[in-house]
Amino acid sequence: MSFIFCLNASGQEVGLVTLNQLYDRVDHGRDTIYVINFWATWCVPCVKELQNFERLSNVYKNKNLKVLLISLDFKSKLNESVLPFVKRNKMKNEVFMLNEPDPQIYINRIDSSWSGALPATLMVKNKKRKFFEKGFTYSELLNEYKNFK
Amino acid sequence: MKTLVALSLFVWSTTGLAQSGNLKPGTSAPDISLKNVTGETVSFTTFREARGYIIVFTCNTCPVAKAYEQRIIELNAKFAPIGYPVIAINTNDPQVSPGDSFEAMVDRAKTKKYMFPYLFDEGQNITTKYGARNTPTIFLVKHSNEGNIIVYTGAIDNDPEENKSDRINYLEQALSAVQAGKDPAITSTKAIGCSVKRKRST
Repeated sequence: MSFIFCLNASGQEVGLVTLNQLYDRVDHGRDTIYVINFWATWCVPCVKELQNFERLSNVYKNKNLKVLLISLDFKSKLNESVLPFVKRNKMKNEVFMLNEPDPQIYINRIDSSWSGALPATLMVKNKKRKFFEKGFTYSELLNEYKNFK
Repeated sequence: MKTLVALSLFVWSTTGLAQSGNLKPGTSAPDISLKNVTGETVSFTTFREARGYIIVFTCNTCPVAKAYEQRIIELNAKFAPIGYPVIAINTNDPQVSPGDSFEAMVDRAKTKKYMFPYLFDEGQNITTKYGARNTPTIFLVKHSNEGNIIVYTGAIDNDPEENKSDRINYLEQALSAVQAGKDPAITSTKAIGCSVKRKRST
């Protein structure tokens, strides 16, 4: 598996990830719960809820929880928007940019019920999955995480 | 390994089918009767010579919708004269998204010289009826013996950033098919966009 990473000044990384790479990682995650948030720097409700994902992973950092933040910004905006955003907000979770060319394929592969609207979140543990086409307050996110466990 | 990947893809792709989405191509287009930025009420019958409609669920504030604004203006300029006017509808609740208030819509339509109606969906009823959850979302509607029928729904094209050499103009392809009396080859697409800003439940 090869991830391509771009480092910003503070050392936070934003890698490019394909869905196969993402799903391969999840498939090998055994008992880890993956909370995969799809967002973009241009999406106001996404930016608003990111802190809730940071808080969740911080609160549950010794549990089998992995939060992955997948940006759907245009790849051309990596250096201009995404890296500066990640740095400015001192984001601790792993951040990737989705490296998929065709939304007609990848949107349905993420979830066939998804309209493509951001934000969206996928919770996965082994073969169990739950998809949310909505934004979360912290208490909503916490509830969904606890229900999912 | 290949089998495993295929199997897991199958599992991934078969869950979550039950949720509702856009009204499907082939179904009838619910009537609209909404306030335009000019203050008048607009419905399908406002367009006496129309052969169909390009309904665009959009808003002032979504960056993706903004990226498509000029294309929407051009679609109307190109297709309204041949019977397919654009009808733009703001999906968003102005309390949740103040930039999408009626006054802000009026400003936007003036500034950008919209030559098509830009309608305020009071209570978000039409947005809900059509099942639009994402801006911008298109519904191409044609007149037929069975009434107003949706023939295409989804994105305008596959090129939000306008930098693809192999752009596919989904909507224009669907329009060409309809004009030729055929069904579009692609009747529904998806695209990354902004969530509809729903009124908060009290």
